[in-house]
Amino acid sequence: MNDSSQMETTCASSPPGSVKEPVKSRRFGLAFWLTFAISMATWMVLSGLFDVFHLTLGVIGCAIVADLNARAMWPDVKLGHTLRQWRRFVAYVPWLLWQVWLANLHLLRLTFHPRMMQLINPRIVSFKSRIHNQMGMFILANSITLTPGTVTVFASVMGRFTVHAIDDASARALPGEMEDRVAKIFED
Amino acid sequence: MLDILVTLLLILGLVFFLGGSIGILRYPDFYSRLHPAGKLDSLGLLLTMSAMALYTVGQWNLGAVLAAVKIMLIVVFVFITSPTATHAIVDAGVRAGMRPWTRSKEGSEHDLAA
Amino acid sequence: MDIVFLSAAVFLALVMALTLYRAIAGPTVLDRMIGVNAIGSKTTAMLVLIGLIYHKVDMFVDIAIAYACLNFIAVLAASRYFQKKKGLYDEPQEE
Repeated sequence: MNDSSQMETTCASSPPGSVKEPVKSRRFGLAFWLTFAISMATWMVLSGLFDVFHLTLGVIGCAIVADLNARAMWPDVKLGHTLRQWRRFVAYVPWLLWQVWLANLHLLRLTFHPRMMQLINPRIVSFKSRIHNQMGMFILANSITLTPGTVTVFASVMGRFTVHAIDDASARALPGEMEDRVAKIFED
Repeated sequence: MLDILVTLLLILGLVFFLGGSIGILRYPDFYSRLHPAGKLDSLGLLLTMSAMALYTVGQWNLGAVLAAVKIMLIVVFVFITSPTATHAIVDAGVRAGMRPWTRSKEGSEHDLAA
Repeated sequence: MDIVFLSAAVFLALVMALTLYRAIAGPTVLDRMIGVNAIGSKTTAMLVLIGLIYHKVDMFVDIAIAYACLNFIAVLAASRYFQKKKGLYDEPQEE
């Protein structure tokens, strides 16, 4: 858990003396090759043509795109660290899909219920999250929105989430297990 | 066998789509209408798209497999962008100062402007 | 299988027509935007269904990808635009 050091590099309001100098990444470093591999895979799936001409076009285009965007996408990338995070994220997705399925059934029952107006009780709840990582907050906010019953209204940089919940059961489930699991993805 | 599975998935997805539409019509205010719009539609899209990808991949040639991969790419894209679009609409509503509908007309416990 | 996809497409069109009511009659601009967004996400599924009906999935899938991107960008742009406008409250019933 190095949330405090993460905060110093990501939060704009920290005093200037404490900001660490960002690591100067090389032009054709790891970030470049990761971006290149992802965009090349997308190119091959979308074009569907595997002759020499189209592959050459793909290599040229993806090299230009990767050179322009790599350092913006991955400001500091370390191979083992990033791979570990991706692996944990991939392990998180099936659990998220299962939660989405369960909660969608709940919302579907609410929608088709004849006395729906008595069952729902919309309200705004807010809670303080311990995730300060930008990507983690993005994933948590999107997961909350995807899980029905709750829509993220506002997420501040300091980790304060404001959530609109449709009924009592969904409001009570916050932040709950989801925050723990997202925090586990980014825990080192 | 594959046809039965595809049909079942398709019907299930269409039920979720129908739920999304009915929800958009029935819920009382703007904030609660976002719940069915953003999410029942996402799951409906996931189910219908996987049904169609399954049917496409059943033909077993390179073009069909590529088309199935593209269909699943659409699903991944929608699952990333749909919450973001929902959040953009909510944000516009909050900044315009729209009050959420509550059952006990006393207002919400936390002020939105905080 | 064609009859299954055809009836699914017809049902989807009916569902979209239901959503159209909210896009036309919604009390605020944002309600209309929700309706349009819901129609857009259903259109993505509809395009692939049309591709299956005409046996040209590989062509229609590309159109569906482009449509999904466009739908997302349109919603983002519209909500950013109406944020700065005063048209979000109940519209006055003139004319």
